[in-house]
Amino acid sequence: MNFERIQEKLNILADAAKYDVSCASSGSNRKNTNKGLGNASKMGICHSYTEDGRCISLLKILLTNYCIFDCAYCVTRKSNDVKRAAFKIQEVVDLTINFYRRNYIEGLFLSSGIFKNPDYTMERLIAVAKKLREEEGFNGYIHLKSIPGASDELMYEAGLYADRLSVNIEVPTVSGLRLLAPDKKHEDFTKPMLKVKNELVRYQNERKVLKSTPKYAPAGQSTQMIVGATNETDKDVMYSATFYYTQYDMKRVYYSGYVPVADDERLPSLGSQVPMLRENRLYQTDWLLRFYGFSVNELLNHEHPNLEMDIDPKLAWALRNLHYFPMDVNKVDKRLLARIPGLGMQSVSKIIKARQFRKLNWEHLKRIGVSLNRARYFIICDSKNWEKRDLDAERIKGLILQNSQGKFRKQYNQQLALFN
Amino acid sequence: MNSSKILIYDGSFNGFLTAVFTAFEEKIDVMDIQTHSQVQNGLFSDMETIFTQVEKAKRVWNGIRKKSYSAISKIYFAYLSEMEGVELMLYRYIRKLMGSEKEGHHDFSDETILKISQLARSVGREKHRMEAFVRFQLTRDEIYFCNIEPDFNVLPLISKHFRNRYADQQWLIYDVKRKYGIFYDLQNVALVSLNLKEIHFNKVHKSDAFLNEEYDYQTLWNDYFKSTHIKSRINKKLHTQHVPKRYWKYLSEKKEML
Repeated sequence: MNFERIQEKLNILADAAKYDVSCASSGSNRKNTNKGLGNASKMGICHSYTEDGRCISLLKILLTNYCIFDCAYCVTRKSNDVKRAAFKIQEVVDLTINFYRRNYIEGLFLSSGIFKNPDYTMERLIAVAKKLREEEGFNGYIHLKSIPGASDELMYEAGLYADRLSVNIEVPTVSGLRLLAPDKKHEDFTKPMLKVKNELVRYQNERKVLKSTPKYAPAGQSTQMIVGATNETDKDVMYSATFYYTQYDMKRVYYSGYVPVADDERLPSLGSQVPMLRENRLYQTDWLLRFYGFSVNELLNHEHPNLEMDIDPKLAWALRNLHYFPMDVNKVDKRLLARIPGLGMQSVSKIIKARQFRKLNWEHLKRIGVSLNRARYFIICDSKNWEKRDLDAERIKGLILQNSQGKFRKQYNQQLALFN
Repeated sequence: MNSSKILIYDGSFNGFLTAVFTAFEEKIDVMDIQTHSQVQNGLFSDMETIFTQVEKAKRVWNGIRKKSYSAISKIYFAYLSEMEGVELMLYRYIRKLMGSEKEGHHDFSDETILKISQLARSVGREKHRMEAFVRFQLTRDEIYFCNIEPDFNVLPLISKHFRNRYADQQWLIYDVKRKYGIFYDLQNVALVSLNLKEIHFNKVHKSDAFLNEEYDYQTLWNDYFKSTHIKSRINKKLHTQHVPKRYWKYLSEKKEML
């Protein structure tokens, strides 16, 4: 191993890859065959965490940061004056195996700048995955980037070796894309997505007939959207996410607050704050859609195109729909329990089990882990002591904010402080 | 009615299950279940020493498992927490489970049930952490070696994960707090105890037990770790919440921070 050379490349190509927020290693179930190396853990494992608190689960690198495109939001865009480097295929394989054997990582996340053309780049990515699987007998997790514009044949081949494939649509609106990435067309992103989706469906059907059907991207597809780079609304973002979840069977859509990487008049200026609170609210909304049975138009619609920043989206929904409340936690079904502010799905499941034995009171709920500060205005339980005042939405919101300390409180209080 | 008794067992899980068996069979009013190394006399109670019998332990294990698969794993996980007094709580848990027609272990309004379920969760979290935080170092004799110091006794729980994953390399994970380890020799996993001259956490100082190549890979990993940070998003509080400081000395990427 030429240590210095590898070290330099790794520094350049890991640095360029970090803006991809996805680092999931979950959802696959690849077994270790014939006493080889590695397997994929169904729930995924985060081996470390960055200082900004994101999971480090995979060796996330670019094969190269040379790129023929000039997308304004991207740090490796052609016109940016940064150091360029490229890994050899064997170098990536060696790094992956040696990191994996030391239990540093769950596997490899390989992306790339686009050099020559999309197919040429995609072929290189596939070559790495193929070598890992076939020559090294590696059964760990592999996440490959689908290069926008890559051919169907290559997308098919990629799925045979990878656990997950992803294309980042990056800009949630078509008009934004035209503005920031004029070289790319919307179809360049959706074409590989569609191919992978169709293959996933085909393999699923074949597996029903023939159990030994080989795996095709068992952890499915994901995508990422940058928020705060164009002036899109939260409604734009979440409707677009819903579209990808339903049309392309996405396993995950990631939201990435735009980190200013360029001085470009089309974009927020360098040094402007990363919209982390907004990102957090978008993820909360995403969870409500996927696990809590909400539909997107309940949370965001024409009248409410943006999420409220000072309270979570479920509470905001409840305050707009006070006529559903109070609910009796000892009676209402799971679907409704999930809609009560302050109750997570863990609490919901515990409540449903526990209430078969006795009627639950405040003390039980508190011990189970319900956040009563929020929930108390929306429920009744086995106690005479419940909120009897006829409070309106504004008043409830005020009381809840008064008695809690949100982790982002400082950010939105700054504006108020100006007037004091 | 029998007078209340303190049951003394040998500190093994099978010993504990044997104690449970005896208590059920002889309808003992159990006042406490203690290991022989930490016996505390109760003023007004008798003591009975339990001799571990694998047969009896197995019957308890199978009986519980037949009732509920999730309950048996909760019981085992909670037991490995080594928390003081956990045996008596587990005994109460088992009584509730076996004594009710309904699924008694789902009664989260009951303090014992909730507590055991929370303990099992903590141990589960520690198990998951150890699967993540083990950092193998390749020794000169081709063994991937790692020291750990987990809050709970999780080695028995992580053995299967590492055996399945690293089937083609020899590895040894050693718990320095409890002074035993698990060693995989390409065939089986065995319990070992070592006379360690020094504890090999990932020190800045190099030991000659390892090749230079090992330190090269550690440097690459540390570099990689550093380049994943996005400076404009730094959130140290969240970072330490995910990677608590007590684990840092065993993580090569954090050694410089200490």
